[in-house]
Amino acid sequence: MADQATFADEAMQYAPQLYSGAMRMTRNRSDAEDLVQETYLKAYRSYHTFTEGTNLRAWLFRIMTNTYINTYRAKQRRPDETELGEFEDLYLYKNLGALQDAGVGRSAEESLMELLPDDEVKRALEELPDNFRLPVILADVEGFSYKEIAEMLDIPIGTVMSRLHRGRKAMQKALHDFALQRGLVSAQTAEGE
Amino acid sequence: MSEESTTTDEPAASDCAETLRELDVFLDGELSGHQQAAIRHHLEGCMDCLGAFDFHAELKIVVAQKCNNDEMPAGLLGKIEQCFGTDFDGDGTIG
Repeated sequence: MADQATFADEAMQYAPQLYSGAMRMTRNRSDAEDLVQETYLKAYRSYHTFTEGTNLRAWLFRIMTNTYINTYRAKQRRPDETELGEFEDLYLYKNLGALQDAGVGRSAEESLMELLPDDEVKRALEELPDNFRLPVILADVEGFSYKEIAEMLDIPIGTVMSRLHRGRKAMQKALHDFALQRGLVSAQTAEGE
Repeated sequence: MSEESTTTDEPAASDCAETLRELDVFLDGELSGHQQAAIRHHLEGCMDCLGAFDFHAELKIVVAQKCNNDEMPAGLLGKIEQCFGTDFDGDGTIG
C-alpha cells in the first residue's frame, strides 16, 4: 500500500509528460491544465490503492485517460466511433520517395525533422478521431505497450493494434498533405508509385 | 539461437509482404524474440524492406519528440501541490 505522504515526491516528476498528453487529448491549454490537475487530485486521493513497485506513470496515465473519456470527451460531444478513410500502407514512405533521394548523407529523420514543423505534427495527431487518437498518443507519444493501452482504454489488444495501424496511416496522410500544400514535396511523387 | 528454416538468400515477394505486415508490431517492440529474429534476418538481405523499416523507426522518433514538448503553464505545479494539502505546518501530517 502506497503512502500518501510520499505521493508528491513520487508522482510530480511525470507532470510534464501528463501535460503534453493532456494537450494532445483535449487540444487546448485550459482543458489540458484542468485535466492534469484533476488527474493528480484523483491519483492523490486513491494513492492507497496503488501497488508500490508497479508502474506509477502508467497508473497516472490510466487515471488521466479515464478522466478524459468520462468528462472531457462527453463535453466535446463528438461521435464516439468515428470512422477514418482507408489509406494505403506505408503512405508517407511511398509518397516521400523523392525526399530520400535528395537526402544524400542525411538520415530520413533529419529530413523529416526539418520538413515537419512541430505544430503540424501535433495537428496531424490532434485531428484524428478520439478512438484512433488515444491509442496513438499512448503508444507513439507516451510509449506504452499494447497491453497497457488495452487496459487503459478497456479494449482488446487486437483493437489497439488495428486502431494504431489505421490512426498512424491517417496521420501520415495529413502530414503528407501538409508537405504538399507547402510545396515541400512535389505532387508528382505523390502519384508515382 | 539456432538457425531457423528461414535461410533463403533471395527474399521472395511474399516474404516482403509478410515482413511489411509486421512493421508496426516489430517497431513497437511487441514481437516475440523468435519473430523478431525472423524479421531481422529478412531485413539483412532486403534493402527495400530495410528502407521502409528505417523510415518508420525514424518517423516514430520524430512524432514522439514533436508531440511531447509542450511547456507547462507557469503555476500549474504549484496549483497541483496545493491540492495535495502538503504538510504546510511541518507536523508530519498532511494538511
